[in-house]
Amino acid sequence: MSEALLEIRDLHMHFPIKGGVFQKTKKHVKAVNGVDLSVNKGETLGIVGESGCGKSTLARTIVGLQKPTSGDILFEGKSILHYSHKEMHQLRRNIQMVYQDPYTSLNPRMKAGDIIGAPLKAYRMTNDLERRVKELMDLVGLKADDYHKLPHQFSGGQRQRIGIARAIALNPKLLILDEPVSALDVSVQAQVINLLEDLQKELNLTYVFIAHDLSVIKHIADKVGVMYLGKVMEISDSESFYNDASHPYTNALLSAIPLPDPEKEKMRKRIVLSGELPSPANPPTGCVFHTRCPFAQENCKTNTPLLEAKDGNDGHLVSCFYPINTEKKQLILE
Amino acid sequence: MLEVKNLKTQIDTSEGIVQAVDGVSFTVRAGETLGIVGESGSGKSVLANSIMQLNPNPPTFYPEGEILFEGSNLLKLSEKQLRKIRGNEIGMIFQDPMSSLNPVFKVGAQLVEAILTHQKMSRKNAKARAIELLKDVGIPDAESRMDDYPHHFSGGMRQRVLIAIALAGNPKLLIADEPTTALDVTIQAQILELMKGIQEKYGTAIILISHDLGVISQMAEKVLVMYSGRIVEKGSVNDIFYRTSMPYTWSLLRSLPRLDGVAHERLISIEGQPPNLVSPPKGCNFHPRCPFATEKCLEIDPELMPRKEGHWVACILTEQEFEAEKERLESADREGVL
Amino acid sequence: MFKKKRNLISASLLLLFTVATITASWWLPVLPSEMDSAKRLIGPSADHWFGTDHFGRDILAQTVVAARVSLVVGLSVALISTVLGTITGLIAGYYKRADFVIMRIIDGMLAFPSLLLALALVAALGGSVSNIIIALSFSFWPVMTRIVRSAVLQINSIQYVEAAKTSGIGDLVILFRYVLPNVLSPIIVQGTFIFAKAILAEAALSFLGVGVEPSTPTWGNMLQEAQIYISIAPWFSIFPGIAIVITVLTLNILGDGLRDSFDPHAKGKVNRKKGRLKKQINVA
Ligand SMILES: Nc1ncnc2c1ncn2[C@@H]1O[C@H](COP(=O)(O)OP(=O)(O)OP(=O)(O)O)[C@@H](O)[C@H]1O
Ligand SMILES: Nc1ncnc2c1ncn2[C@@H]1O[C@H](COP(=O)(O)OP(=O)(O)OP(=O)(O)O)[C@@H](O)[C@H]1O
Ligand code: SF4
Ligand code: SF4
Ligand SMILES: [Mg+2]
Ligand SMILES: [Mg+2]
Repeated sequence: MSEALLEIRDLHMHFPIKGGVFQKTKKHVKAVNGVDLSVNKGETLGIVGESGCGKSTLARTIVGLQKPTSGDILFEGKSILHYSHKEMHQLRRNIQMVYQDPYTSLNPRMKAGDIIGAPLKAYRMTNDLERRVKELMDLVGLKADDYHKLPHQFSGGQRQRIGIARAIALNPKLLILDEPVSALDVSVQAQVINLLEDLQKELNLTYVFIAHDLSVIKHIADKVGVMYLGKVMEISDSESFYNDASHPYTNALLSAIPLPDPEKEKMRKRIVLSGELPSPANPPTGCVFHTRCPFAQENCKTNTPLLEAKDGNDGHLVSCFYPINTEKKQLILE
Repeated sequence: MLEVKNLKTQIDTSEGIVQAVDGVSFTVRAGETLGIVGESGSGKSVLANSIMQLNPNPPTFYPEGEILFEGSNLLKLSEKQLRKIRGNEIGMIFQDPMSSLNPVFKVGAQLVEAILTHQKMSRKNAKARAIELLKDVGIPDAESRMDDYPHHFSGGMRQRVLIAIALAGNPKLLIADEPTTALDVTIQAQILELMKGIQEKYGTAIILISHDLGVISQMAEKVLVMYSGRIVEKGSVNDIFYRTSMPYTWSLLRSLPRLDGVAHERLISIEGQPPNLVSPPKGCNFHPRCPFATEKCLEIDPELMPRKEGHWVACILTEQEFEAEKERLESADREGVL
Repeated sequence: MFKKKRNLISASLLLLFTVATITASWWLPVLPSEMDSAKRLIGPSADHWFGTDHFGRDILAQTVVAARVSLVVGLSVALISTVLGTITGLIAGYYKRADFVIMRIIDGMLAFPSLLLALALVAALGGSVSNIIIALSFSFWPVMTRIVRSAVLQINSIQYVEAAKTSGIGDLVILFRYVLPNVLSPIIVQGTFIFAKAILAEAALSFLGVGVEPSTPTWGNMLQEAQIYISIAPWFSIFPGIAIVITVLTLNILGDGLRDSFDPHAKGKVNRKKGRLKKQINVA
């Protein structure tokens, strides 16, 4: 337990929806609705889920851009939610973020070197600033003469490198990566994934890696969590996750990814989910997945399953009354 | 049914002339699915829009080539004749379901409008046909959803509506430009399933554009691989995925993180970026990034040549040279990992 | 900024007006205050190109010199309300709590037409060039605040501002290095429009008799004096009128041109989601 660098306990983040003439709060968007997670030092936790399931909200809450509605976030064993402004400022050095969109996450009017150096300046680490920035640029594979270029003079992949250099400038312990490769082309995506893996080894970083693509996660993560409507459906170490996915939603996700292998594609049986993601302002009762679950039973509509160890395996938690076991899997794939 | 011959599309920009499509030829037969893959900026959309003549003209020009659709050259037709073909004979689906529907009109009204522009029928019949189309594309409660506005629909449902609109004129050819890129995987699976179903039901030919090799392998029978405005490899899906004969396609496949791959395995990335289309590199366009490149590649600009029956490759390497070099690179990789 | 011919022409025209009115005493053949009682209300002629007024003063000289007040008022009002509006707009857009207070005040002020507000203020303060500047700046800054605030709100939701916050960068640095440079274009454009509006407003106030003291030549004062002679000496009204129209029009053209050249769409930027080009074409 003491190893956990980041721990999240029953985190809720609800946004009020205002409406009507008097701007009264009518409902809440339950973007994050009871999430428990922990990440150990030096490990990568991958988080997947469809658009709108609350991945970015979770990330923004961890880095302190939003105050959660309830729940707790612990960093190195200490709750960070009641930190003073000053303590928060110090904490930020240790938790940094990389954003999805390489086009909007860099100030278009600042030079690459200044963008990377800005966090250093904010913490008055201005000794040898330029040398340090060039060192960082070298580390992420940018050339020294890129220092004075503006963001629009870079390609998407290079911009993402600038964003990564900015995030590691302060030597953080934890990096939250919110879909860092989703906006990149496959060929460039591979460059950035390799870079992130190298940096992790070199700097002993811990990652929370958010993605919507399970094949990217497979490459980079040691532990994988699947989110659906603000909740964690299944979380497990990577091996057990990919070999023995038990939640119906995880299985649907896995089978929905088209493989770059036409023969396998033809043979493949897939679980095609009907319907679409329900609104997080109005999540279904009982198991939140029951409206789309092909295995739903009557009691799924009223009772909410807990995230529990699967077959006594503490490393593999599932939130489902009827998890898919090997026999059931055979049946589906028949 | 569709035959594109040596098509060139140029765009006049402030930086110079962009060779967005550079001498592309291919054919599509009835009932078949042609997949087009390539990186962002490789000219896939410009090519699709050229077929439908949807590129704004100027600044887009077609200095060379022919686009024969059932025998008539689309490049020579008047705007009026083209309008007849668009939607009626050829339907098109765009990538972004959010901005392709008019937000101020009801979904049903837009669909009825689309039907009436293509077919002569009464408004009442058109409405019935619209409901039928919505049912076809899997929208539940089609009757009552006719009166909804686009913002009431989710991304996946809007994409279904766009498919319904594209199908309104019973087209023989459907051009889908990244129809699922903006959608989630589970919704993508639904839409791809739907497109297959429609193809089976109506025998529609489909040109499917995607940057996702997985989608292409699932859907297509024939595949074009594009790089900087050119076709660099074309053949059946199996040719492209199992008998890859072109360094770019090979690199692309190798750079893909795979669900059936090994965790933390080093991906093989293609270094550098796609070339500038205003002044492409001399010799082979791919040479600055090609792990197979030799001295000769700086000089010779390889043409797309047939390798085997139906399998065309644009590379100066012979089959033996390519295989030998591939073997060498792959074993070097394995050692690098170990 | 000056890529477009239109911007270049309108900007140089304004510069020409400014130089002309500053150097007026060197090149004007007659002094504006020189009265010639023998030549009252004479139409345009070789001696007096624009004719003379009811005291026999040269209207060309008067019009040229009056431009000083108009330009000074216009420029000062534009600068003061821009600076004030930018500061309040930045604060309102960035700090949620201040936003509520500032916007209530601004909304209250915007409920009155700005000319009416200025009229009331000048009536209370008394007419002088500096009071007019104060009154007009006060009535124009709410508009500027609004525009800056909405631009800031837009910029705020862009990720680089968020990224700066997570990097531990202080609020003031964020405001001045990340937000302000990216909202400058609407500020400059609006500033140009306020310049034009202030010139019109000054003329209107003077025309209504509550503006600058009647002894100072301004276009508004000239029009006010000219109105009783409009049927017998139309040139007396026409030339200052034309001066106002040309100046205001030039400023508006400049504002429009600047807006166009700042518009990112004109530069062919690409809107991206998940890395792909968004298509805005609708075929049916
Ligand atoms: N500030 C906010 N106010 C109101 N609702 C919000 C806010 N931020 C997020 N939401 C809502 O919370 C839900 C979760 O959003 P979030 O951005 O976390 O999803 P995501 O999983 O990151 O999706 P994507 O894959 O599209 O990035 C969405 O329904 C979104 O509309
Ligand atoms: N209107 C235009 N003006 C100038 N250049 C253009 C225009 N439209 C496209 N291009 C250029 O033509 C080339 C091909 O663009 P195209 O949109 O066809 O790429 P794509 O393969 O569809 O990429 P994506 O996967 O991003 O959709 C690009 O280099 C692009 O910059
Ligand atoms: S609890 Fe029921 S509805 Fe939920 S995932 Fe399991 S089987 Fe499906
Ligand atoms: S011609 Fe040369 S550079 Fe081009 S793809 Fe073949 S080997 Fe590579
Ligand atoms: Mg997100
Ligand atoms: Mg495209």
